[in-house]
Amino acid sequence: MPAVRSARVPLDTARVILPRGQVHVIPHRCKECRFCVDFCPKDVLALSTETNAKGYRYPVVAPGKDEACVHCEFCTLVCPEYAIFTVEVPRVEVMA
Amino acid sequence: MTMSTLIAERHPSDPLFRADRLPHIWCPGCGIGPAMHAYAQAMVESGIPLARHVCVSGIGCTGRVPGYLNMDSYHTTHGRAIPFAMAIALVKPELEVTVYSGDGDLFAIGGNHFIHAARRNVDINVICINNFNYGMTGGQVGPTTPMGARATTAPFGNYEQPFNLPHLAAATGAVFVARWTSLHLRQLKQAMLRAMKKRGFTFIEVLAPCPVGFGRPNDIGDAMEEMTLYREGCVVDPAAPLDSLDIDLRVKDRPIVLGNFVDVERPVFDPLAMMRPTSEAENNTAVAGKTQEGQ
Ligand SMILES: Cc1ncc(C[n+]2csc(CCOP(=O)(O)OP(=O)(O)O)c2C)c(N)n1
Ligand code: SF4
Ligand code: SF4
Ligand code: SF4
Ligand SMILES: [Mg+2]
Repeated sequence: MPAVRSARVPLDTARVILPRGQVHVIPHRCKECRFCVDFCPKDVLALSTETNAKGYRYPVVAPGKDEACVHCEFCTLVCPEYAIFTVEVPRVEVMA
Repeated sequence: MTMSTLIAERHPSDPLFRADRLPHIWCPGCGIGPAMHAYAQAMVESGIPLARHVCVSGIGCTGRVPGYLNMDSYHTTHGRAIPFAMAIALVKPELEVTVYSGDGDLFAIGGNHFIHAARRNVDINVICINNFNYGMTGGQVGPTTPMGARATTAPFGNYEQPFNLPHLAAATGAVFVARWTSLHLRQLKQAMLRAMKKRGFTFIEVLAPCPVGFGRPNDIGDAMEEMTLYREGCVVDPAAPLDSLDIDLRVKDRPIVLGNFVDVERPVFDPLAMMRPTSEAENNTAVAGKTQEGQ
């Protein structure tokens, strides 16, 4: 009997090019709620070691995750402080 | 190539906000912020020019939303956002009027205005941030506080049956009724877009963390914990019977039901129709989709 192929892997996986995002943060607006860090589907973010002037740690790209953001923009949507957003990296740059 | 974090000074959505007033006064993890962002984005995506959108609030933490939006916005008195908005909508029917306020403002002191505006099918949108308490005044019981939940005015637990807001809105006549949370932001934005497109009285309930007023007395550690509760405890079921949408956080594993529950047509309130020539009056009371007038 042939191995069962998982129905959850889309048939065109090999051809699809995932978008890539560049994370931008406005540290002085952050209040360390952690929504962006905990809800990022790719675990791109971690809290900074330094704090902002109000004593809050803000999100930074976690070690080794420089290329991991897929620009889903959920962090942008969920941040209560409008303190984080991503910019799509043009595909040529991604492939280079 | 992507780099690690880039530090920015401005946010792409800043033009929609009075950015000079940011950071806002809301507590860390307050659910009002994401819901306001969804509303700002929905206005842009609605295709209705920003100059024709109007936002009206009453008093409360949610009531501060108009003060942060870079548009024509009104912070009225406690409970009176709906009559204020109704006047705008009747005198200037070309405007897209949205009331953005809290559960206490809209359903305690303002409850009568809500039911009668819905009954008349006034052409306004009402968005309610339901954080299950009076956040601004220190966490008192309100008309949506779940049974058993603790509050400053119910230290042993609330013993009043709360409103089931979607059921109330539908029963009193709203033509569009939805419930989402400040985690379900894409669905929330789509519901807002639908509400902006529809003529008549629309209602969207947004369940939102208030870690200070509601979370703390109810052993919900922080906003992240309340958001996790929404992630794990919500089911989307637009076909759910309206009378089954009660929220009882005491009952473990009882899901919170989300969805766009009602989307119907009814004649829109137009008291000035009688004063206009017949053909024009008929056009204005027609129940067809939003007119293109003035776009
Ligand atoms: C006439 C009047 N009564 C009472 C108050 C006090 N007050 C201010 S905000 C508020 C309740 C706010 O609750 P809600 O609408 O749920 O807003 P939230 O702060 O939770 O967003 C009350 C009772 C007032 N400002 N005016
Ligand atoms: S855009 Fe998506 S993948 Fe990228 S950091 Fe934000 S939440 Fe994570
Ligand atoms: S969601 Fe916003 S406020 Fe919360 S930790 Fe992330 S950047 Fe800070
Ligand atoms: S008291 Fe509650 S509703 Fe008010 S800003 Fe704080 S978290 Fe938000
Ligand atoms: Mg409230």
